[in-house]
Amino acid sequence: MKPARFAYHDPDHLAEALALLARLENARVLAGGQSLMPMLAMRVAMPDHLIDLNRIPGLDGIVVAEGSLRIGAMARQRRIEDSPAIRAACPLMTEALGLVGHIQTRNRGTIGGSLCHLDPSAELVTVAAALDATIEVASATGTRDIGIADFPLGLMTPSLAAEEMVVGLRIPLWPAGHGACFTEFARRHGDYAIVSAAALLLPDAQGRIARVSLTLGGVSAGPLRLAAAEAMLLGEAPSPALFRAAASCCAGIDAMEDPQAPAWYRRRLATVLVRRALEQAWARTEGVAA
Amino acid sequence: MSESRHIALHVNGERREAETPVRQHLADFLRGTLGLTGTHLGCEHGVCGACTVLVDGRAVRACLMLAVQAAGRAVTTIEGLAAADGTLHPLQQAFCDHHGLQCGFCTPGILATLVEYLAENPDPGAEDLRIALSGNICRCTGYDSIVAAALAAARALRGEAA
Repeated sequence: MKPARFAYHDPDHLAEALALLARLENARVLAGGQSLMPMLAMRVAMPDHLIDLNRIPGLDGIVVAEGSLRIGAMARQRRIEDSPAIRAACPLMTEALGLVGHIQTRNRGTIGGSLCHLDPSAELVTVAAALDATIEVASATGTRDIGIADFPLGLMTPSLAAEEMVVGLRIPLWPAGHGACFTEFARRHGDYAIVSAAALLLPDAQGRIARVSLTLGGVSAGPLRLAAAEAMLLGEAPSPALFRAAASCCAGIDAMEDPQAPAWYRRRLATVLVRRALEQAWARTEGVAA
Repeated sequence: MSESRHIALHVNGERREAETPVRQHLADFLRGTLGLTGTHLGCEHGVCGACTVLVDGRAVRACLMLAVQAAGRAVTTIEGLAAADGTLHPLQQAFCDHHGLQCGFCTPGILATLVEYLAENPDPGAEDLRIALSGNICRCTGYDSIVAAALAAARALRGEAA
């Protein structure tokens, strides 16, 4: 369990890191190391060059501004979890972070690292999809934005060129009064979830659903937005029957199968978790009678 | 020859300097280079939590951090927990009193995790502790004694009778 040899680079500036990434062959970027370090130890990853971002200042900013949230790629998961501003403005993010690995891994792990590792069950990827995040990418030749829907190319493969790195993400905030819930099923607390569900609901003045977002993690290579269930809920008055009907859309999803769980089990879990997430998210909305 | 670097850091309050291969993780550096074998290695890929140490007061997995990344930082290992006169830290004492060590292999990592956790959560419930310790695997599987010891340590750290 020792990494193969690599040349180690720890630049002080982003421009220097991007220049190295453009110039060096078979280079990997090291963020918090909570996924890449095990991959190096098991020699699943054997880069010739490791470019450590941990000495670069300014990549870890958290800015909650009018209507939007921006988080730098190197922001540690624990810092985001503990941010009172994020808890107030984006409670879905805070709730999901409590389920990301363990305290020890969240102390080092970064949001950018989690997005780029792109595990199908990664809570932060599911949250980014639920919130329609935009991923900010930089290379030596410039910057570009990628919508989260276009970010996963396939299993654990982000749509990044070899010379590009993620530098941050932007999230449009939901209005005050919205309710959110992130829930998942894992064999042990902190394990990658078999299935996770994220729900956001915004009530209108009449207590109907003015806006809805429903996303599943762990069922396919990337997060799965449940457009049909969202359409079923929009404009309706919430009720247990409505939430059950919307959740039953999960019975028809194309769920993946792996040694951990068969597809039918993932569909069953998804149905239950979506119903629970909807009920909990609605209970957390404000401004309407429950 | 593997690339190596000379690093300086503080370990248990003492300034240490040494040469380390860049691919060496912090746990191997503490154990092999500095001779601090109280930090244990179970899985070496971030699952078991045995190698947990404190870096600048935060519990981290020492197998998932390169030794070169610890340059300039303050590391606390299990060897740094007791007072200078040998008086055990309240966590160490509570783990002795409540049979929380069992075989003892996972204990250094558990104590490092709890030092940070109890500083931030002085009065946790048993269920909170089980979640806080979910990243530390005990092969003896005797979590009841570990949780009982942690609750007793929390009481002692709050100044109440254990």
